[in-house]
Amino acid sequence: MLLTGCERQSAVSAEPSQSASPIRTRLLTDKQYVNTITQVFGADISESVLPPIPPIERTDGLLASGAASVGVTSDQISQIQLAAATVAQKVVDEEHRDFLIPCSPESAIAADPVCAGLFLAQTGRLLLRGSMDETRLAQLVDVASYAAEQTEDFYDGLALALEAILISPEFVFIVDSVEPDPQRPAQQRLDSYSLASRLSFFLWNAAPDDALLQAAENGELHTPQGLARAVDRLLASTRLEEGMRTFFDDMLAFDEFNSLAKDPLVYPMVTGTTLEHAREQTLRTIIDHLLVDEADYRDLFTTRKTFMSMPLAALYGTAAADGWTPYEFDDDSPRIGLLTHVSFLAANSHAVRSSPTLRGKALRERFLCQKVPDPPPDVDFSTLEENEHATTARERLDAHNSNPSCAGCHLITDPMGLTLENFDGAGIFKGIENGATLDISGELDGIFYDDVDGLATAMRNHPKLSACLVNRLYAYGTGGPVSLRYDRDSLKWLENRFVDKNYQLPQLLRELALSQAFSSVRTAESSENASIAADEPIGSPIHTAESSPSLAKTGNF
Amino acid sequence: MRKLSRRRFLKGALDGGVVTIALPLLDIFLNDNGTAFAEGMPIPTRFGTWSWGLGMSKSIFVPKKTGPDFDLPEEIAALASVKKHINLYTNFHVFQDDAPNLCHHSGWVVLRSGIAPLTRENRPGETIDVAVARQLGNATRFRSLSATATGDVRDSFSYENGNSVNTPEWSPLRFYQRLFGDDFQNPNASTFTPDPAVMIRKSALSAVQEEARKLGKSVGADDRARLDQYFTGLRDLERRFDLQLKKPDPREACIVTQAPQDLPIGLDAGLLSTRHRMMTDLMLMAVACDQTRVFNMFYASAFSATTKPGYDKPHHTATHEEAVDPELGYQPNTSWYTRRAMEEWAYYVQALADFREGDGTLLDNAFIYATTDQSFAKIHAIDGIPMFSAGTAGGRIKTGLHIDGGGTPGCRLGFTAQQLMGLDIQSWGDKSNNTSSAISEILV
Repeated sequence: MLLTGCERQSAVSAEPSQSASPIRTRLLTDKQYVNTITQVFGADISESVLPPIPPIERTDGLLASGAASVGVTSDQISQIQLAAATVAQKVVDEEHRDFLIPCSPESAIAADPVCAGLFLAQTGRLLLRGSMDETRLAQLVDVASYAAEQTEDFYDGLALALEAILISPEFVFIVDSVEPDPQRPAQQRLDSYSLASRLSFFLWNAAPDDALLQAAENGELHTPQGLARAVDRLLASTRLEEGMRTFFDDMLAFDEFNSLAKDPLVYPMVTGTTLEHAREQTLRTIIDHLLVDEADYRDLFTTRKTFMSMPLAALYGTAAADGWTPYEFDDDSPRIGLLTHVSFLAANSHAVRSSPTLRGKALRERFLCQKVPDPPPDVDFSTLEENEHATTARERLDAHNSNPSCAGCHLITDPMGLTLENFDGAGIFKGIENGATLDISGELDGIFYDDVDGLATAMRNHPKLSACLVNRLYAYGTGGPVSLRYDRDSLKWLENRFVDKNYQLPQLLRELALSQAFSSVRTAESSENASIAADEPIGSPIHTAESSPSLAKTGNF
Repeated sequence: MRKLSRRRFLKGALDGGVVTIALPLLDIFLNDNGTAFAEGMPIPTRFGTWSWGLGMSKSIFVPKKTGPDFDLPEEIAALASVKKHINLYTNFHVFQDDAPNLCHHSGWVVLRSGIAPLTRENRPGETIDVAVARQLGNATRFRSLSATATGDVRDSFSYENGNSVNTPEWSPLRFYQRLFGDDFQNPNASTFTPDPAVMIRKSALSAVQEEARKLGKSVGADDRARLDQYFTGLRDLERRFDLQLKKPDPREACIVTQAPQDLPIGLDAGLLSTRHRMMTDLMLMAVACDQTRVFNMFYASAFSATTKPGYDKPHHTATHEEAVDPELGYQPNTSWYTRRAMEEWAYYVQALADFREGDGTLLDNAFIYATTDQSFAKIHAIDGIPMFSAGTAGGRIKTGLHIDGGGTPGCRLGFTAQQLMGLDIQSWGDKSNNTSSAISEILV
C-alpha cells in the first residue's frame, strides 16, 4: 500500500478525536492465570496446578476477545477454588514461606495479624492489580486470624486468607474501572489501575508488576511522559516476548494443536512431538523476525529464514542439530514464508489428507480478517461424488467451480489453497499426487501467479494484510472485538501509523499503547453487538465437506 | 496442619467431631423391593445424556416394526445385547421455523435446549441437563459432570447460557484425579473425619461474596449478569462445603480403581472407542459413588472427524462426499462410522446395567437421553431425527420399545424426561418445537 505525500501527512497528523474503547469485564485466560501466579509466586507454584479457567470461545478471530463475554459456571468455580487451595498451601509450605512471606509470625501456632496483614497487603495488591482498601484488608486479616486460631497454625490461616483472594471475582475477572477525564470534559478514561492492567495484559499477558502499579499509584500513567516511560519499559522487557507469543498463537488459532493429530498409518513420521515443534517453529520465526530483527511484518510471508529442530527436520527433508538452530531454506526451495510452514499446512488439513479449501479459508480468516460465510444446508453434492475418484485435489475441487452454488465461495478459498497442494496433510513436500504433476498456479484477489513464490508475494502485498494485524492487535489490546461502527477511524489511523513506521511491530505496539483509543472509554454501548463487530464477510455462503471440519472446531463450542 | 490442632478444632468447632464407622452397603440396608434404603431414603434417580454425530442411514437403521419385539436392522445390530434396556425413537422432527437450518448445529441445539438457534454462535436458553441438575444436583459434590471421548475440551452439548458452556473432562487421567483425588470422600470409608479447613473456607466465603456483589454494581448489564453468575457459583461452593462436613451415605457399587493411563490425541475410531470406554467407566463410577446424579457423555462431535483406518475421508467428509451405493442403498463407509457409534452406545448402556444397586442396577434408577445432530447428514436433514433412551427411571419407564413419532416434535422426549425427573413444567420447547405431550407409550 502506497500513500501519497498528502495522505501521509494527514495520516500522521492526529488520532481521531472520538477514539475510545469500551469498558470491559474480561475473564483471565488460562495463560494469564499461569503468568500471574508465576509472576507473584514463582514458576514452581504455578506449575503445581492446571489453570482452572474454562476454555474460551474464539470471537472475531481471537480467543482473547471471547474472554470479554464468557461466563463461569458453578462447576468451574469449584475448580477455581481447588486450584486456589493448592496454590495457597504451596505458598505457605516450609519450602516457600521463607522467601514468599515477608515476615515471620511471633508464634507459628497462633494468629499474627501484623505479619498476616503485611503479606496480604503486598500479595493482594499484586493479585488484585491494585491496592486493597482498609476494610477489605481487615476482612482478610480477620479470616487469617480466625483460621490460625482454629487450626493453631499461623501458616494454615494465611493460606485460607490467600485462597479467598484467589477465588475473588476481582482476581478472576479483569474489570475496567473508569473516571472522568480531566483533559476531555464530559469524557471518561480508565482509572490508573485499570490502565496499568490493560497495558500489562496487552504487552506481557500478565498482571502489572510492582513498578507499573507504582506508576499507577503516583499518577504517572495519566501523564504523557509517565505513560510513555511505562510503555517503553514494558516494551524493553524480555517479557514482551511472552506477550507476543501468546498474541500470535491466538491469532494463528494454534490452540488447534491441542487436539491435532495425524493418522499414523498415513503419516507415520508425524507424532505429537512433531506437531508441538511445528507450532514452536512458527512462533520462533515470528518473534525473531518481528521483535529481534524488528523487520517488516509483511516479509513474514516471504522470508526463508526460520528455525529447525530434529523432529521437524525429517518432515522438511533436511538435517538438524540438537535443540533449535536458525535455518534458512534455499532460494529454489518451495518453502517460503509462514504459509509453507508445517504448522499452517498441517493444522489446516484433515487427519488423513490435505485440504486446499481449509488452507484457503484459514489464509483469509487468520491473516486477512475476512470471514468465509457459513455453508448453506441444501447444497447438492452429486458432482463431488462423481469426482470421487479424481487423481488430484484440483480435479476433485473442479466440481465446486462447475456448480454455481459452490463456486461463489470456493473461488475465494480454493485457488490459493491449491497452490499449496505440493504439501500433503502433514505439510511434507510431495512432487506429484497419484502420479500426476500438480498445477499450482492460482490467483489471490486479482493477482495471478504460477507457484508458491507467487502466492507468498501476493500475500505479502495484499492490502488487507497489515490492516488485519492492526485489527487483531487492537482487539487484543483493548480486550474485546473491534466495532466496525465505532473503531473504523481509529483502526485506519493506526494502520497509517504502522505504514509510516515501516510495518515494525514494536512501533505499532507503542503507538497503540499510547493512543487515546487505548485509555479513553466510550460508554455509549456497554457491550459490543456481534452484528457490528464481525470480520468483513467475503463471498457468498459456502458449504463443503472440505470446509466444515474447521467449523466443527468452533461450531460445537 | 498439625494433628493436635485438628483434634482440638474438631472438638471446638464441630462439637466433638464426627468420627464414625461405616459398613459396606449390604442388602440389609435396603427395603424389600430394593428401591430404597431400609431407613426409607430412596435410591436416587439419575439423569444422563449421550450423543453421537451425524445421524443414521435410514434404510438400515430404522426398524420395520414398532412397539416391543422390534427388529434390529444392520446399522444398529450392535444393540442386540442391550435392546431390552433401551427405547428407539424415530420419525420425530426438529423444526427450524424462521431460524436457518444451521448444518450440524440446529439439530442438537433444539433437542438439548428446545429452541432453534439463530446463528452458529447462538446457544439459546439452557440445556436440559442444566435444568435437571437444578432438581437433582443439590445433594451431590458435582451438580453435573460432562465428559467427551474426543479428547477435545471444546466438545460439549451442555451449557448454562449462551456464554457458559459446561466444560467436559477430556483426559482420562485428569478426570480420575478430579473425581477421586484429594477432595474425594469415599462413601464406604470406615471412618469419616471432616476437614477443619472446610468450615473456615465457608466462613471466608461471605467476604468474597460481598465483593462479588459490590463489583456487579459498577458494570453494564451483560457483565453484571456474568458477575451474578459468579456469585451464584460461590453460593454453590458453600453448598459443597456443607456436603463435605457430612458423612456420605455408603454406596454398594462404589469401588475406586487405579488411576488410568492417559491416551494419545487422535480420532481414529479404535482410539476413540478406547477413550470412550475409559471415560464411561470413570463417569459411571462417579455416579455409583454418588458424586453426581446428572452426567453427560459425548462420544463424537456433530462434525465428527472420526477416521477409519485405510480410508481417506473422516466421518463428516464421508457423509457428504461418499456416494450412496446403488446396490446397498446406503453409504457403506458412512454407515461404518455409525455402526461404531452404536457399538459404543451399547457399551455405555451395558456398563450402566453392570453396576448393581439394591436388587436392581444403576440403569434401573436412571434415565439416559441420547441424541444426534442430523437424521440424514448428507443433506443436513433434521426431520426424522433418531433418538434413544435407556433405563427405567426407577421403574417408571417401559423399555425395549421402538416408538414412531409420526412427525411430532423430538422435544417430546426431552419434555418427558424432565417431567420424569420431577421438574414442574407444563410444556417444553419454542414455537413448533414446543410440546406439552409426553410420550405416553413409554410410561408405566
